[in-house]
Amino acid sequence: MNTQVDVIETPVSRKRPVGNWVYGVVGLLLGIVFVKAEIISWFRIQEMFRLDSFHMYGVIGSAVLTGMLSVQLIKRFNVKTLDGNRIAIAPKKFKPGQIYGGLLFGFGWAITGACPGPLFAQIGAGFGVISVTLLSAIVGTWVYGAVRSGK
Amino acid sequence: MIDFLRQPWPWYVAGPLIGLTVPTLLMLGNRAFGISSSLRHICAACMPANLDFFTYDWRKEAWNLWFVGGILVGGFVGGVLLTNPQAMTIAPATVQALQALGIRDFGSGLLPTDLFNWSNLLTFKGLIFFVFGGFLVGFGTRWAGGCTSGHAIMGLSNLQWPSLVATVSFMVGGFAMTHLGLPWLMKLAGF
Repeated sequence: MNTQVDVIETPVSRKRPVGNWVYGVVGLLLGIVFVKAEIISWFRIQEMFRLDSFHMYGVIGSAVLTGMLSVQLIKRFNVKTLDGNRIAIAPKKFKPGQIYGGLLFGFGWAITGACPGPLFAQIGAGFGVISVTLLSAIVGTWVYGAVRSGK
Repeated sequence: MIDFLRQPWPWYVAGPLIGLTVPTLLMLGNRAFGISSSLRHICAACMPANLDFFTYDWRKEAWNLWFVGGILVGGFVGGVLLTNPQAMTIAPATVQALQALGIRDFGSGLLPTDLFNWSNLLTFKGLIFFVFGGFLVGFGTRWAGGCTSGHAIMGLSNLQWPSLVATVSFMVGGFAMTHLGLPWLMKLAGF
């Protein structure tokens, strides 16, 4: 028997990607922040659209600044992923849907007081009836897909 | 410590933490922060119906479903295990404006229960605030190619001008609905 066959070499560049559950943990932490900063609150969204409070502008503004700084650092220092791959972010292409769809989403945001992320967090926080809103958002996505695919 | 965690967190703590999601997802596996895509993956997984838009290998995007599942569990931890014992502080001007529209519950939690409760489900209130509102969120975000996370946070972080267009559209839509549509919809819903 030749035991050498059993020796498997693992090249550094072929590290295993992180398990999907890790993203679940990141989501869990994010969900806690969503609730504790009250951004899942219908009232906070109303305050934002009535310009009665700085809170939501502070949250979104500082989130964008932090994200911007991080992306610049990642690009500048050519940071790699944990499994050794290059980080490449797909650019966003302009399409008119960003305006029309954006307006429709804005209408829905003001009615439901939630964008998609907070919908999940609201359900977890005990507002079970929001599962109907989420289901309806899934239907909305499906109808968009049907319209798009129909062309 | 627990008492500290239970109080509402200020924007300058929450905002940067949300922003850090961007590099975290990128460094974990080159994943772009985006939540509304999960709705598309759910369609692709449960009801693709042979539509081109839903015919792709959603399993490759399974991380996104774990991510939103995590957000749901995080909602439980933050909202149930770490509940804020105090009533929420809402800007007086907003309270006044909402009172004028017919909202009465400002003290029971993050959402007004006179709007968001199961007994409203099969009424006009439910139709407008859950079904119609939810549909707009799902249809609009997909048409726009992203939501607050994908465009406003991820897209702007990467200096993408189409994301700025989308973000401005979200805000314009929200302002229009709040000031022009909501008074009318609330009346229609029987407030």
